[in-house]
Formats: sequence, structure tokens, C-alpha cells
Amino acid sequence: MKSENVLLIFRSNIMYKPLIYRLSKDFDIIFNILEAKILPRREGRILLELRGEEDQLLKGVTFLEENRVVVEHLSDKVWREEDLCVHCGACTGLCPTGALSLVRPKMEVVFDVNKCVACGMCGLACPFGAMKDITLFDPFAEGRTVN
Amino acid sequence: MSQFKVKKTVAEINEKIKQGQAVVVTAEEMIGITKELGPVQAARKVDVVTTGTFGIMCSSGAFLNFGHAKPRIKASRVYLNRVEAYAGVAAVDCYIGAAQPREDDPLNKVFPGRFRYGGGHVIEDLVAGREVHLEATAYGTDCYPSRSHEARMKLKDFRDGFLFNPRNGYQNYNCAVNLSKKTIYTYMGILRPDCSNANYSTSGQLSPLLNDPFYRTIGIGTRIFLGGGIGYVVGPGTQHDPGVKRSENGVVMGGAGTIAVMGNLKGMSSKFLRGASITGYGCSLNVGIGIPIPILDEEMARFTGISDDEIFVPVADYGYDYPEGSGGPLTHVTYGQLKTGEVTIDGKKVTTAPLSSYSAALEIAETLKDWIRSGKFLLGEAQETLPSIAFEGFGD
Repeated sequence: MKSENVLLIFRSNIMYKPLIYRLSKDFDIIFNILEAKILPRREGRILLELRGEEDQLLKGVTFLEENRVVVEHLSDKVWREEDLCVHCGACTGLCPTGALSLVRPKMEVVFDVNKCVACGMCGLACPFGAMKDITLFDPFAEGRTVN
Repeated sequence: MSQFKVKKTVAEINEKIKQGQAVVVTAEEMIGITKELGPVQAARKVDVVTTGTFGIMCSSGAFLNFGHAKPRIKASRVYLNRVEAYAGVAAVDCYIGAAQPREDDPLNKVFPGRFRYGGGHVIEDLVAGREVHLEATAYGTDCYPSRSHEARMKLKDFRDGFLFNPRNGYQNYNCAVNLSKKTIYTYMGILRPDCSNANYSTSGQLSPLLNDPFYRTIGIGTRIFLGGGIGYVVGPGTQHDPGVKRSENGVVMGGAGTIAVMGNLKGMSSKFLRGASITGYGCSLNVGIGIPIPILDEEMARFTGISDDEIFVPVADYGYDYPEGSGGPLTHVTYGQLKTGEVTIDGKKVTTAPLSSYSAALEIAETLKDWIRSGKFLLGEAQETLPSIAFEGFGD
């Protein structure tokens, strides 16, 4: 079993098409909706955690892409600028999934991108701009679709 | 004061440092040594304990002299990368304060503001060797006729530059929570409502002033690690208050002692002077400080052997109490408890997070240890120690 967090963008031409249930039905993928937003007639965005066998995950994502869903892998979109991080830990109290955590007793901050749900809290909390992230609602985020 | 079994002077310790024979350990290592050997033997064995801290210290800044232009100017307003530096000192001197935001910063107009660039960032840029844009304006005098001056300068182009921080290294500090019903954006970070998270800022057992709680060895002239280079304590910092409540071991139970420090900016490193942007609050500077503490006797061994579990931190409400300037601490927790990532406040389990980097503090203490061991960094004897109060003794 492998787990991955993805951001799906449904453009206006496909946004009312039922597709996500097929992940479960055809590819045995367990999906967990982390966050979703629909701007009526413009765009729908959904943040999903996908769990399943590696080859099935790949097939599932390919299926979505064939159906013109934009699939962004969060692990490609969120990262830490290592040189900017001073390992203070300010982000660790706000990270909702434990993707950012302190390793004791050295008190160094580690970032596990696979746990990240791109909520954007770390970006607000970090005084040094070390967390490069997208958020579901940020209109200037990469991956934004224009009409 | 009782008679000590071990007695050393700073001069004697310096002699040992010069000969490469001084025993130097970090404050973290000293905990085990004191526990194992007892304070008397520990004091015989160890000569110097090094400390460290790397946190946001707003009361910081740098005096810069940008050199005389032709024709000469007596600057009345100075900007560095659009951040105003105080120019109410002599012709081409100015003071860039860490907390000064950029001229066109939207501040908190769209809340919470991000404060992406300010005085702290200018200092970081200079120390990193990056170019900054200087703009100076003046009203013009007979001896200083020029009315404006512009230049792109690196730190090496400034005639002089020294860090001068009026208040650094707070001896202890609040742990902040928020008892109100909305998220707040403070200098202690983002605090969720209903006491959902707690932020603290101290390096605890590694913290300079917590290792010499009565400032027996720290005062004007103490040579220190400052921003990656060498600096000096130049006196008590603003708001220095030795009279804060102390626990039985003499350690203060809240913000108490502070130090004013200075040092040549040329020779410092942007690794230990980092501009900071505090969402909803403002700009600042992360400063790295390490103070070497001479182990003059067994009392100093005992002070430096203190661990996180013996340091009490007051928990304060930043939702109502702190902004109103009312109320006292809700409770006290130890730094050891805070470091586990969770404390219990009023029966509720609360997630904790540090704002001060412990790993960087340790790196500073280790660096200072290496400097002293190599014989190139001697202890500076304080000409006058910081104002203090009498210690009644450990009571055993």
C-alpha cells in the first residue's frame, strides 16, 4: 500500500462529471477528501489522499488525466528551502498533520511531504519564508486555471 | 556568602586557555558532569561552560557610517533598500533598527500582514555580502552642501558598521497561549483560540543568562559569540530586572535579566543574523548569541549544571491579559515539559512549539567551545557586572 496526496483541478467543462468514485470502483483506491472547493461554473478543486497499490494508483491518476482532470502531486508542489530553515520549530505547533515535526532530543525540524495537505499554515508561521507551498484557495498559486 | 572549596579567577582560566589546557564544555554537557561528579569536583575539572541562543530579538540594530560623499552631505533621512534608518546622528552615521518595515509595506492593512522585508533583512543582506541601495536626503548646509546622495553598497563599502542591540538574550520568557475566541497573530507566533497551542522562546538549559542566574560573571566587557563573530556585553539591556521571582535554585521564573551587546558587523555571518518576518506583527532579526561562563567555584558549577526540568516558564494569555497589561501568569511549566511537544494547562492538553532554535543554540555553544579550546578566544573579564540581587544559597 502506498499513500499520496494530490490536488485535482476540474475545469469548467468537466466539473460536473462524476469521476472520483471510479478510483474506488475500478482501481481499488481508498480516497480521503481533505479539502474541496467548488466555484460554480468556473472550477472545482479537491485535495485528496489516495491509498492503494502502486500500479493501481498510477492507473487511477492516468484515468483522471485522460478525463482532463489536472492532477498536481503535492510532493512536487510543496517543499522546504533547506537553506532558509533555522530549525526553530515555529511551524510544528500549527501543522495539522504532523508533516512538520521536531526530532528530539536534537530539536531539528523534519518535513515529511507525504503527510502534507498544503493547508498553508507553515507558510504563515515561518519567519524566514522557508516553506514553499500552494494552498487550495490561493488564487496566485501554481496550477491555477484561467477561463 | 559561604566559603568555597574551589576558587579560580578569570585570569587563571585565561592562562589555561592560552596554554591549550582549559577544560571547556557546553551547558548541555555540564548537566551530566555536575550530576556525576558533584559541584565541587565539577568546578575543579571544568573551567568554562559555553552557552547559546538563537531567537527573534527585536531590540537589535546596527550603526552604519556610509562614508563622506563628494560633495559632502549631512543626511537627515537615510533609506537602505527602502527601509528607513535613523539619521538623527552625525552627518553620515545612521542606525538601522531590526523592526523597521519597508517604506511601502502594506503593514496590517490587509490582516495579517506579512512584513516580508525590514531592517533585520537589511542587516542580513549586508552581512551576507549582498548589495543594498542607499538613499540619503538632506537640507544642505555651508559645510555639507549636498541635498541627496544615492549609492549601491556592500558591507565592505561602509566605513564602519557595528551591531548594537539594546536588549538581547532575555533570561527567561513567557510561554504564550490564547484564551480568546479568535486566532491571534503575535510576536510569539500564531496562537489559535481556546488555548489550542502554546509557543515559547528560550534555549533553556543552554540559555546564556539562565546559566549565570545572578550575573556573577557577566557584565560590561564580557566577550561573547555574537552573530557568528565576536562581540561584547556592554551593560544591562533595557528592561533588565533582577528582582523577578526565583525558584529555590535561584533561577528566575519569568523574563528578568537582559543584556545590551555590540560587535563589529564585518566578521559576522548571515547564518546567525537572519531577518525575520512575523505574520501580523512585524519585521525582526534572529540573533545568535553565546556567552562563555567561567567556572570560578562550585556555585557556578551548580548554576551551569541546571537542566530544562529545573527551569520554570510562566504561561501567559496573549488573547486578553497581555495586550491589556493585566493579569499574571496562568501557571508555570518547565522547559523540559514544553520540549516534549505537549503540556497540560488547566486540565487541557496543549500542543507546544518553540520559536527559538535549540539546534542552532547548540551549534553556537559548540562553536564557542571550539574557539576557546583553540586558544584564540579569551574570556573578557566584566569591568562591572549586571545589576543583581543577593542569592540566599541553595539551602542545603
